[in-house]
Amino acid sequence: MTTYFNEMFENGAVRAPYRRLEDWTRAMPAELRQMKQAEAEALFRRIGITFAVYGEGGDPDRLIPFDMFPRVFSNAEWTRLERGIKQRARALNAFLADVYGRGEIVRAGRIPSRLVYQNEAYEKAVTGFLPPKGVYSHIVGIDLVRTGPDEFFVLEDNCRTPSGVSYMLENREIMMRMFPDLFRENRILPVDGYSGRLRHTLASVAPAKCDHDPTVVILTPGHFNSAYYEHSFLADLMGVELVEGQDLFVEGEFVFMRTTEGPKRVDVIYRRIDDAFIDPLCFRPDSMLGVPGLMDVYRSGGVSICSAPGAGVADDKAVYTYVPEMVRFYLGEEPILQNVPTWQCGKSDDLKYVLDHLAELVVKEVHGSGGYGMLVGPKSTAEQVEAFRARIVADPGNYIAQPTLALSTTPTFVNEGIAPRHVDLRPYCLVGETIELVPGGLTRVALTEGSLVVNSSQGGGVKDTWVLAE
Amino acid sequence: MLSRTADNLFWIARYMERAETAARLLEVGSRISLIPSVHGYRSEWDSLLQATGTAEGFARKYGEAVQRNIESYLFFDHDNPSSVAACIVRARENGRIVRTALTTQVWDALNTAFQELRQLERMPRSELDLSRLTEWTMRHAAMVRGAIDATLLRNDGFNFLNLGYYLERGDSTARLMDVKYYVLLPRVDFVGSGLDNYQWATLLRAMSAHRAFHWAYGGEVTAGKIADFLILNPQCPRSLITCVAGMNNHLGRLAKAYRRTTEAQDRAAALQAALESVTVDQIFDEGLHEFLSRFIREAADLGRTIHECYLSGDVR
Repeated sequence: MTTYFNEMFENGAVRAPYRRLEDWTRAMPAELRQMKQAEAEALFRRIGITFAVYGEGGDPDRLIPFDMFPRVFSNAEWTRLERGIKQRARALNAFLADVYGRGEIVRAGRIPSRLVYQNEAYEKAVTGFLPPKGVYSHIVGIDLVRTGPDEFFVLEDNCRTPSGVSYMLENREIMMRMFPDLFRENRILPVDGYSGRLRHTLASVAPAKCDHDPTVVILTPGHFNSAYYEHSFLADLMGVELVEGQDLFVEGEFVFMRTTEGPKRVDVIYRRIDDAFIDPLCFRPDSMLGVPGLMDVYRSGGVSICSAPGAGVADDKAVYTYVPEMVRFYLGEEPILQNVPTWQCGKSDDLKYVLDHLAELVVKEVHGSGGYGMLVGPKSTAEQVEAFRARIVADPGNYIAQPTLALSTTPTFVNEGIAPRHVDLRPYCLVGETIELVPGGLTRVALTEGSLVVNSSQGGGVKDTWVLAE
Repeated sequence: MLSRTADNLFWIARYMERAETAARLLEVGSRISLIPSVHGYRSEWDSLLQATGTAEGFARKYGEAVQRNIESYLFFDHDNPSSVAACIVRARENGRIVRTALTTQVWDALNTAFQELRQLERMPRSELDLSRLTEWTMRHAAMVRGAIDATLLRNDGFNFLNLGYYLERGDSTARLMDVKYYVLLPRVDFVGSGLDNYQWATLLRAMSAHRAFHWAYGGEVTAGKIADFLILNPQCPRSLITCVAGMNNHLGRLAKAYRRTTEAQDRAAALQAALESVTVDQIFDEGLHEFLSRFIREAADLGRTIHECYLSGDVR
């Protein structure tokens, strides 16, 4: 029987960051809790935060379950995390600038050339082009899990367009509105500076040809996308236009948006669509979402695209294994955050180990996301394990495996009262002229008892995440 | 602002106003059907569908024009693009798309209408009488409109919303008046009879204007007075001239803000000049139906011009 680290209780005592929450929960009878929960749900629904799950049909206005029990970090815990996250974000960006440039890390033999240059996410179209300030990934979402008081592991890096930050901001808003006393009693660092910092970050990477206050836009695939709420929410907070591909066009060496007063030049595009859809002339010709000719403008310095096309090569699950190596290679530092030990099924020794221990491991697709296409060995039936085995054998290079981590739990409101549930953490690191991290992030919680899968598409919920001031 | 955003705002207003029109039509229909029918007299309900241009779609789906089916079609049916339900869903969806151009209050009003609609749709129809449905629609239309007036920035988006409202409202008033034409068409000798007056009064009632009418005109209800009130009187909030003046106002503000005029301003000004110079007698000489049809056509042309000059995205 695995024991899990409970972030609130250790050896029968309440851990320091949670001390004040104990009284709060004691003072909350079940009826009040239910009332508050209903109030929170009504608020989310009125604000319009809903989440559509890919390919599921059903209610398009489903809410992500919100758990009112906050997840708390002490200031010391956070300070260490922050250093580790920033370090990792710097290394990932250095790696990207390198592999689209001279490829020193490959030449030095520190990462196999195949993993980089034959990677699906490697964009030959931008080889040799260095984006403004040398930044490829402007918003780095690093998924972390915890297994003990000081044990944090990076589960994966998201260098393209990590989503979920709107929940970090809205969860806090709703908690402050419902429980103002909690915020008076605890000194909790604010997260609402995020949108201002994001706008600053985006403006700081305006292209060389921009000689005025840069016009920033967010490019969305459209209102059918499951993250559309987040796109419009961020556009609103930053005071920038939310555009679709059809709103933009290329003329001469610049990109313009179609407005009621005629064309208006656009300098920085925070795109929330995948590389493949950005420009039908450069990538997928059947894409209706992108802007024909955009890549030419980008490569000639007429517009900045955030994240830079090609940034995905740094965040797939096979390259992930080498991130600690990147930290050492580019920064000359030891990594502050650990990786989860990972077996690459593409290597024959690793494959053998994985197939022999399949029932104990978590297996993921190299390019998968959202909790799809993965196997959690200990939580699966023998049939599911065997079915997955066949998939791995058919295409070993497409899979990696990791030990099943003893994810930490935090107290969570459930039907029966309060119970421990497993959580992870996604902080959002901003990289531009400077590198910044707001004190907080998105805590996702697996609401089903015993479940280790926190993805919202798989029934996970979210929590407000606190960093205490002292 | 983005042309697509402006277009969405314009249509939020049109859909909300259209939902209200559908509800008012239901009100007219049910009131007219309460008086004893006259032999050889065409179905009142059918006339309603004729006036909204939805008769064909209705006939395909339901066949005979009985009240319950018409209620379904005009209120709940998502296959009818002009039904209350269809309009509210689309207005709210457009609102979701341009969330950034709306205040929380406006979004809240749109979203609340949508959420309540879903509850209505789940209720047994026997619990929903017609007056409750029409009142519900008008209440929510008013809440959206009120939120826009009370909280929205007076920028170009505000002008596009108002253009949508006035354009749709003018069209709606013309169509509601035209119901009269369809009801009475077969028997010209009804004109001026007690039945005729009752129908005119019902029309006023459906536009929430019967009290206002009496304040403004007093005395007996006549076709001439009502036509004057609903077409030419600038005091009436739904009259054609009020709607056209509203469009001129908001087009003027756009021209000023953008420092350029377009064909839309010219067209709207011409439409207003024509209404200001015509008399009720001239309208009846032309034929009320002919006059209203012409207005509906010209308003649609103006709508197209606004689209080309501001909303299409091809503005240079």
